[in-house]
Amino acid sequence: MTATAGGTAGPPARATARLQRLLALVPYVMSRKVVGLAETAAAFGVSERELVDDLNMLWCVELRAPDPYCPIDLSYEGGEIEVSQAEPMDRPLRLAADEASALLVALRMLGELGQPGPGLGLVDSSALSRTIAKLEAAAGEAAGLSAQVSVHVERDAIDGVLTLVRDAIAAGRRLHLSYYVPGRDEATDRDVDPMRLLVVEGRSYLEGWCRRAEAVRLFRLDRVLRIEMLDLPAQVPVDAQQVDVDQGLFRPSPQDLRVVIDLAPRGRWVAEYYPCESVEDLADGQVRVVLRTPDTAWVRRLALRLGDDGRVVAPASLAEQVRADATTALAHYGDDPR
Amino acid sequence: MSKRKTERLLGLVVCLLSTERYLTASQIRAAVPGYPDSFDAFKRMFERDKEELREVGIPIEVGPTSPLEEELGYRITRQAYVLPDIHLEPDEVAILALAARVWRRAELAGAVAGALLKLRAAGVEPEESGQPGIEPRLATGEEAFGPLWEAVRDRRPVAFAYRAAGRSDPARRELEPWGVVNRRGHWYVAGHDRGRGEVRVFRLSRMEGPVSYAGPPGSVTVPAGTDVREIVRSWDSHPPERRTARVRVRAGSCFGLRRHASSEQPGPDGWDVLEVPFADVPWHAEQLASFGSDVIVDEPVDLREAVITRLKGVLA
Repeated sequence: MTATAGGTAGPPARATARLQRLLALVPYVMSRKVVGLAETAAAFGVSERELVDDLNMLWCVELRAPDPYCPIDLSYEGGEIEVSQAEPMDRPLRLAADEASALLVALRMLGELGQPGPGLGLVDSSALSRTIAKLEAAAGEAAGLSAQVSVHVERDAIDGVLTLVRDAIAAGRRLHLSYYVPGRDEATDRDVDPMRLLVVEGRSYLEGWCRRAEAVRLFRLDRVLRIEMLDLPAQVPVDAQQVDVDQGLFRPSPQDLRVVIDLAPRGRWVAEYYPCESVEDLADGQVRVVLRTPDTAWVRRLALRLGDDGRVVAPASLAEQVRADATTALAHYGDDPR
Repeated sequence: MSKRKTERLLGLVVCLLSTERYLTASQIRAAVPGYPDSFDAFKRMFERDKEELREVGIPIEVGPTSPLEEELGYRITRQAYVLPDIHLEPDEVAILALAARVWRRAELAGAVAGALLKLRAAGVEPEESGQPGIEPRLATGEEAFGPLWEAVRDRRPVAFAYRAAGRSDPARRELEPWGVVNRRGHWYVAGHDRGRGEVRVFRLSRMEGPVSYAGPPGSVTVPAGTDVREIVRSWDSHPPERRTARVRVRAGSCFGLRRHASSEQPGPDGWDVLEVPFADVPWHAEQLASFGSDVIVDEPVDLREAVITRLKGVLA
């Protein structure tokens, strides 16, 4: 059997997608007794016109045999929907395995954030476990898949960082951090007005207005060396732009330097680890990556780390600098690099 | 037409939900408007409809229409169809709303939307506001994610081309997938590798080309007590750090090394002496080399030689 997997991964066909909406619509109205057209349309993400078409289709359902019978009776006069009869479908359909498991995997991931123990997690652990238990009970067998999917979030920040950041955001207070920047191998001290806590790509970040850089910056929590909450209110400028987490955290700017590196098979991890502008396969399992960066210090470190598993191709001045770095380092060992 | 098809499917669901007895195909055709007159054309359309309803999770049961008849019939029992009652407290609803944002823009965004639709229909109101100031996200940029999620769901073996770390050519692997795990933002699949006859872990980003099925649904058995999370964790973890390196670092530099040092003492000529635990010579040599001329590795000799080789490699 060689059928390509993923046949049902796409969105369901239009007819079944609408059917699912129709099946949810009746119990949605019935569980609320009477509900407004506008509110319902917003909840289902459709226009009022589309909603009225849905309601008409439901009202028109007819079974012709053994005796003609219209099982659904409803009205939407004056903008208020009311369902007076819909016995066979007055309750929503069960959760499918994908639906139940997607939510359960996400809920369990929330439980990974922070240290285990009451009050030490990102979310209230009691509310979280109650939610998981109720959803599992409602999902029944459909929850089974979620046991085979797991998200591990690094807990490598020093104790208490995550909860302090959470509390500072909630209280609107300024933070003082000592922060390690590996690219420049520096520890820097700065005051940050916290905006949000982002959990992206398995790591936690503080997004905040850095008063030193006078810009929005992301701080990886595992690189926070020290942190304290100051007795000062956070003052985030009104025009500070939040990072669009759905577009990737690190987006290059057009002013950034374009760096080209050729990687041997053993250096291919670079293409997986760093956001690359392009990745091109060369002969013999080699690959050429293009990176954009405002700062070459970390590229020089990367090149030393790679040894002969990678080669900076451009810019030529950077390639020359890397060779000079290696030569200086080798001088410590009294070795003639040639 | 999409509208006529929706009407027909809706009629079919209502019809099968309204019956306690199994209905024959002919009885269904008589009751549900929208099927063609020719029996063969009806049968084909009815088969497709049933398939599509099952794909969206509608449990159509098949059984005998009467003790004397051989013909099978169809019905949907209320018990199998209905979402059991669920009532969430306000703090639970807030957490659900936060969880619902995790898959936004990812492979399972549609599944989450479907779940929320049903929960709203059950009377739950997952407000968008959730917990402000927190944005958790899971990405599924790897093309293999969707197919592998489904293969795990449907207990189906898969085959794919895989480029193992450091290898130049991809090789074909056949796997009975037991589960998918996200670690440090990367997706992995763990299972029984049929070719190697062993438990193996694969990183989805290293799969090349499409994932194909290598067997029918239901043909994978996950051994009892399997903990895929633990399998991936132990595969991905560094071995314990049993050895110690002695290195000199320039004063005011190498914060990245000092963070992991077990001891740190000032030495002569503006250098500090660190003792750093490590496990794996090649990996640790790479890390030390990255600090360039700010570090001098004194011991052990094999680590020192590995760093020198790495630095020479830059000049090769």
